[in-house]
Amino acid sequence: MNAAGQRTLLTGNQAVAWAVRLCRPQVIPVYPITPQTPILEQISAFSAAGEMTAEILTPESEHSAIAASIAASLTGARVFTATSSQGLLLMHELLHWAAGVRSAVVMCNVNRTVASPWGFWPDQTDSLAQRDTGWIQWYTESAQESLDAVIMAFRLAEGVNLPVMICHDAFYVSHALETVIVPGQAAVDRFLPAYSPRFNIDPAAARSVGSNVDQTTYRRARKDIGAAMTEAGVMTDAIAAEWSGLTGRDQHGAVEIYRCEDAEQVFVTMGSLCGTVREAVDSLRGQGHRIGLLKVRQFRPFPGDQLRGLLRGRERVMVLDRNYSPGNGGILHQEARAALYGMQGQPAVLGYLAGVGGVNVTPADLVRMAIESGPVGQDDNKFTSVWL
Amino acid sequence: MAKTIEFHDEGLFHSGHAACPGCVEALAIRVIANRIGRNAVAVVPPSCSAVIVGPHPNSALDIPVYHTSLESSAASASGIRRALNASDRRDTEVIVLAGDGGTYDIGFQALSSAVERNEDILYFCFDNEGYMNTGGQKSSSTPWLAATGSTPRGKPSKKKNLVEILAAHGIPYVATATPGHLDDLGRKIDKAMTIDGMRMIIILIPCLDGWGLADDVGVTMARLAVECGIFPLYEVEQGRTYTLNRQSKTLPVGEYLKKQKRYRHLNEAQIGLIQAEVDEDWMRLLEKTGSRR
Ligand SMILES: Cc1ncc(C[n+]2csc(CCOP(=O)(O)OP(=O)(O)O)c2C)c(N)n1
Ligand code: SF4
Ligand SMILES: [Mg+2]
Repeated sequence: MNAAGQRTLLTGNQAVAWAVRLCRPQVIPVYPITPQTPILEQISAFSAAGEMTAEILTPESEHSAIAASIAASLTGARVFTATSSQGLLLMHELLHWAAGVRSAVVMCNVNRTVASPWGFWPDQTDSLAQRDTGWIQWYTESAQESLDAVIMAFRLAEGVNLPVMICHDAFYVSHALETVIVPGQAAVDRFLPAYSPRFNIDPAAARSVGSNVDQTTYRRARKDIGAAMTEAGVMTDAIAAEWSGLTGRDQHGAVEIYRCEDAEQVFVTMGSLCGTVREAVDSLRGQGHRIGLLKVRQFRPFPGDQLRGLLRGRERVMVLDRNYSPGNGGILHQEARAALYGMQGQPAVLGYLAGVGGVNVTPADLVRMAIESGPVGQDDNKFTSVWL
Repeated sequence: MAKTIEFHDEGLFHSGHAACPGCVEALAIRVIANRIGRNAVAVVPPSCSAVIVGPHPNSALDIPVYHTSLESSAASASGIRRALNASDRRDTEVIVLAGDGGTYDIGFQALSSAVERNEDILYFCFDNEGYMNTGGQKSSSTPWLAATGSTPRGKPSKKKNLVEILAAHGIPYVATATPGHLDDLGRKIDKAMTIDGMRMIIILIPCLDGWGLADDVGVTMARLAVECGIFPLYEVEQGRTYTLNRQSKTLPVGEYLKKQKRYRHLNEAQIGLIQAEVDEDWMRLLEKTGSRR
C-alpha cells in the first residue's frame, strides 16, 4: 500500500473499521446493534487476524461500553466505540459524562430511527437528541468521508479533550458499497501521533476525577467545555487542511459548499441527503436556477458564524431535516434559523422535514420543491418546518 | 479480654474524611487502602464511600480515584483495567469501592458482565443493606422485615444472596467480611490480591444512621451479625470451593435484631420466623462447605 493510499470497494461501516485500524486505538468497548454491527465485526476480524492489537471489550450493553470507553480514555488509552439508535439513547447519561470528564473517545453512530415503533431506517433524531451532551458531532455523506472523518476525529478529540461522534446514515452510507481510498499507515501515523494526555488516571500521581464540586467549580468546568468547543471549531478546519495535504484529496471542515458561487437559493442539510441535493442542484442549474448546497458537516460546535458568512445576502435558504423534534420541527432548521436571525442580509429560511423515518427523497422531489416554492414572499419565513 | 490487632498503616487513608462519626466503613477503607498499597486505582460510584473519600479538591485516599456513575462501577473499572493492560501495567490493581445499591441493584448488570468476562478487578461492596446516600431506602440487599424509608413497615422480600449469584458465575474469588473482624478482612484482601481475574469482597457495614445504632456500636454489631449467623463469614473459590471462616453460630438472632431501630416493630413471632430462616440458610451453607453436622 503506497502513501497516497489504496483504492478499494468498501461499505461505509467497513470504511470506518479501516480508519479505526489505521488509528491504532488501544481499547475498543463495543456492543452490537443494527446497522452498526458490521463495524464491530470488521474490527473483531482485524483483531483476530492480528492486524489490530486493541483490547476489545464486549460488555452486556452500550451503557457499559461507553462507561468503559470513558474510563479507558481517562487512563490514557486511545479509545473507539460505535453504536446506533437505541444504543446511543441507552448511553445518554454517560454521553454527558464523557464530555464532563473531558475524555477523548471517538464514536461512530449509525443514524437509525428511534423506537417505538421499531424501524431500521436512516433518521438522525438519535444523535441530534444528544446535541446538548458536549460531544463534537460530525455528519458524513459517503464511505470515504466517514473514513477520513474518523482519522481526523481522533486528532480533534485528543487535541481539545472532548469526545467526537461521527454520524453516518443507516444503509445509505453504512451498507452502500463505494470506491474508497484507504490511506497508507505511514500517512496516518504522521498525522496522528500516539495519544499522550496532559492528565490521566495514574498511580504515579494520585489525582482524582469527577468528585463532588461546589457551584463555582461546576460552572467553571462548563465554561471550560465551552472554550474547548470554540477551540474545536477553529481546529477542525486546520486539521482538514492538514489531512488534505497528506492525502492529496480535498477534506472539508465544519461546512462544505457546492455550487454556491452566485446562488440565490441554498439548500442546507447534513449526511447522505447531500448526495441527493447535489443531483437536484445540478438539474436546477441546468434549468437556469441559481441554486447551491451548504452541507453542515459539523453540527457541534455549530458553525453559526460560517453559516452567516456564507448565507448573507442570499434570497432563500431551504433546510432539509431527516429528523423530527415533535412539538417544534426539524432540528437543523431551528439551529440554522437561530444562527441567521437578525443579521444584515438575512435570507428567508424555510424548513422541510425531508426523509424522516427513512422515507426516500429523490432529486426530483427536491427539484419540484424548489420550483414550487416560487418567488420569495411573506410566507417564506415560516417558523415551523413543513413535511415533505 | 482485649486483643490488639497487628495493623501496618502506611498512611494511605487520611483523617478528615467525611464519614459519619463512628462509621466502620471508614475503618474498612483504611484497612483496604493500606493493604492494597499505592500501585492501585480506585473506582467509586455515588455511595457513602464517595462521601468518605471526599469532595473536590480533597481526597482521603492516596491513590487516584475515578468517581463514576451509580450503575457503571464494574464497566468503568474494566475500562481502566484494559487501558492499563494496553500499556503493560498489569501489576496496577484496579479496585472498586461501591455500596450494595450500586452492586446488587443498578450496577448488577455491569457487574455480572464483568464477572462473566473475568476482568482482573478487585471489587469491594460495602453492604450497609440500603441506599444510605439518599437517606436510607431499601435495596435488594435489605433483609426481610427491615424498615427503611421506602419500606416503613418492613421489607416484604428477602435479602438477595449475591455470594451465591457470583459463585454461580464461577467467579475466581468471593468472600464476606466485616469491620468487626479486621484480621480476617486483611487476610482476605491479601489472598484476593494473589488471585487473577474478578474478585469480590462483600463487607457488612452496620450503618449508624440507617439501622438506628449508637455511634460506638459498629464493630459490636458486625460481630453480632456473624455470631448469630445472619451474616456468615465465608469464601468461595472458582464458584466451587467453600470455606466457612467461623464454624458455629452462637447467639439467637434476636440478640442482633433487638439492638437496631430498623427492627423495632418486630414481634416475637416474626423474630422466630427470621430465626428459622437463618437456621435454614446456615444448614445450606454447611452442606456446601462440607462440614455438615
Ligand atoms: C442513575 C442514578 N440514580 C439514582 C442516583 C441517586 N443515588 C445516589 S447514591 C444512591 C444509593 C446508593 O446506595 P448504595 O450503593 O447502597 O450506597 P450507600 O449510599 O448505601 O453507601 C442513589 C439511589 C444516582 N446517583 N444515579
Ligand atoms: S450513612 Fe451509614 S454507612 Fe454511610 S457513612 Fe454514615 S454511618 Fe456510615
Ligand atoms: Mg448501601
